[in-house]
Amino acid sequence: MAEKIKNSRVFLNPFSKDNPVIVQVLGICSVLAVTAKLAPAMVMGISVIAVLAFSNVIISLLRNTIPTNIRIIVQLVVVAGLVVMVSQLLAAYAYEVSVQLSVFIGLIITNCILMGRLEAFALGNKPWPSFLDGVGNGIGYAVILVIVAFFRELLGSGTLLGYQVVPDSFYELGYVNNGLMILPPMALIVVACIIWVHRSINKDLQEQ
Amino acid sequence: MKGLKKQLERIKPHFMPGGKLSSLRSVYDGFETFLFTPNETAGVKGAHIHDANDSKRTMIIVVLALLPCFIFGMYNTGYQHWIATGASEFPFWDLMLYGFLAVLPRVIVAYAVGLGIEFVVAQWRGEEIQEGFLVTGILIPMICPVDIPLWMLAVATAFSVIFVKEVFGGTGFNILNVALVTRAFLFFAYPRQMSGDSVFVPTEPMFGFGGKAVDGFTGATPLGEISTATSQEQVANITADWYDAFIGLIPGSFGETSTLCILIGAAILLFTGMASWKVMLSAFAGGLAMGAVVHAFPSATYPVSYISAFDQMLYGGFAFAVVFMATDPVTGARTETGKWIYGALVGVMAILIRSYNSGYPEGAMLAVLLMNVFAPLIDYCVVQANVSRRLRRAKTSVRS
Repeated sequence: MAEKIKNSRVFLNPFSKDNPVIVQVLGICSVLAVTAKLAPAMVMGISVIAVLAFSNVIISLLRNTIPTNIRIIVQLVVVAGLVVMVSQLLAAYAYEVSVQLSVFIGLIITNCILMGRLEAFALGNKPWPSFLDGVGNGIGYAVILVIVAFFRELLGSGTLLGYQVVPDSFYELGYVNNGLMILPPMALIVVACIIWVHRSINKDLQEQ
Repeated sequence: MKGLKKQLERIKPHFMPGGKLSSLRSVYDGFETFLFTPNETAGVKGAHIHDANDSKRTMIIVVLALLPCFIFGMYNTGYQHWIATGASEFPFWDLMLYGFLAVLPRVIVAYAVGLGIEFVVAQWRGEEIQEGFLVTGILIPMICPVDIPLWMLAVATAFSVIFVKEVFGGTGFNILNVALVTRAFLFFAYPRQMSGDSVFVPTEPMFGFGGKAVDGFTGATPLGEISTATSQEQVANITADWYDAFIGLIPGSFGETSTLCILIGAAILLFTGMASWKVMLSAFAGGLAMGAVVHAFPSATYPVSYISAFDQMLYGGFAFAVVFMATDPVTGARTETGKWIYGALVGVMAILIRSYNSGYPEGAMLAVLLMNVFAPLIDYCVVQANVSRRLRRAKTSVRS
């Protein structure tokens, strides 16, 4: 390993300076797809945290025994196994949400963040830092998901977690929910706004 | 005017660097150049551009070209409202006043929001205020139903000015037509206020002026009616009074109903050289060709296919979008060959969407926006084709 990174940095970097969604721009598809409502976005975030953390640990444990030329296949098998477990757990204990999320839990397999972390981190680090890295990146992803879903559900449906937030008196005055917020393009624009704010605060991330 | 000029000169030092109001310099500059041509002009000798044309002048001429549509829109709004109230007499000035009262708040809101954002951004960046919103601000109320709630208009205008124009660098850098994005935003965000039977004709009095609509009145646009028609006779009944559609006495968005006034505007734009005749001509040609193709395969599933290609030009926002939106020099294709391709595809796409997508009774807006996105690609292909043609020519001349 070229340089030794502190465990705390491994865990904290993905929150802001190295965020998988707004800095590395990975996993955008699921951000567009599952953020129309807050509840599925939270479940999706937790699922990704779990899958990412455990697949990181497993790959890290196996890292010295995996032949390099088949490592992608091994990674896929591990991730797929974990995703199936999460998907079955959701179907058993949170059926409603799992129906809402439909294929997107299954599609965690193809989430670029997972492959990225496995390739870039777990293959070269010990299990404990890998676990921290997985949890950190998962939280970094989930936070963005929740922020986007918060604005989309609030402005698009007038609710949060299914409870009506915009008071009835607003509707009587002529307020109408913004239908565009429900559509995927608006998720892209909300993510763009988050990136905008984030780069304005962290000037060193701005490209020339 | 002279007094005003003197007054402006008198307060000028305050706005110059070092003056006490120097932070508002761009506001002052904006007003000065809006009212008077800048003092610094090129001399009459030498190879300078002698014409004092600048983007402000361009914008003002486009606004002038829009005026016939705007004035007719006021009349038509009143006329449609009088029909809705079941009246049998149509007093001209009452109709005009009603239309004026109906549209005035929309114009004020569009300008206030759009110019407000432009002013703030110009101050923030320390740039001159750009005049691009002059045209956009009048286009926005003209392409929306006149009954659109003001706050929706404000939200949509703010959205499109910020996300389509300012983030890309302001006037002249927008990738899409700002006014059309405003309309698209409203269309997708608030579909019930933007399409259907009840939005195009105001049914309530404006500021206590005008009457209430009779019960059971529906104010669907002809295209809206056609898209829900079930038989050829029904469509033929609607298109029988095509002359009304040419003059513009049909329900529709505020400024786009009158094909006649749009043609007057087109004449002004072409005469002054503000818009490209290539785009207009090829768009109408593309629309007519696609209309003919659609009409050649009439089907009850797509009732719009019963309209003849000529009638397709008269209904909906097609003509307005082609004359005033597709010819926008910023968002359209810039190469001369590209203009032909771009215009033709706008026409084809507009009729295609209108005919075969029942979700969108009018396709002109989406067609222009789509082609806005493709315009740089068209330009790129045209330039590359030219480069390779010249390379080929160079090679053959070397060989011979």
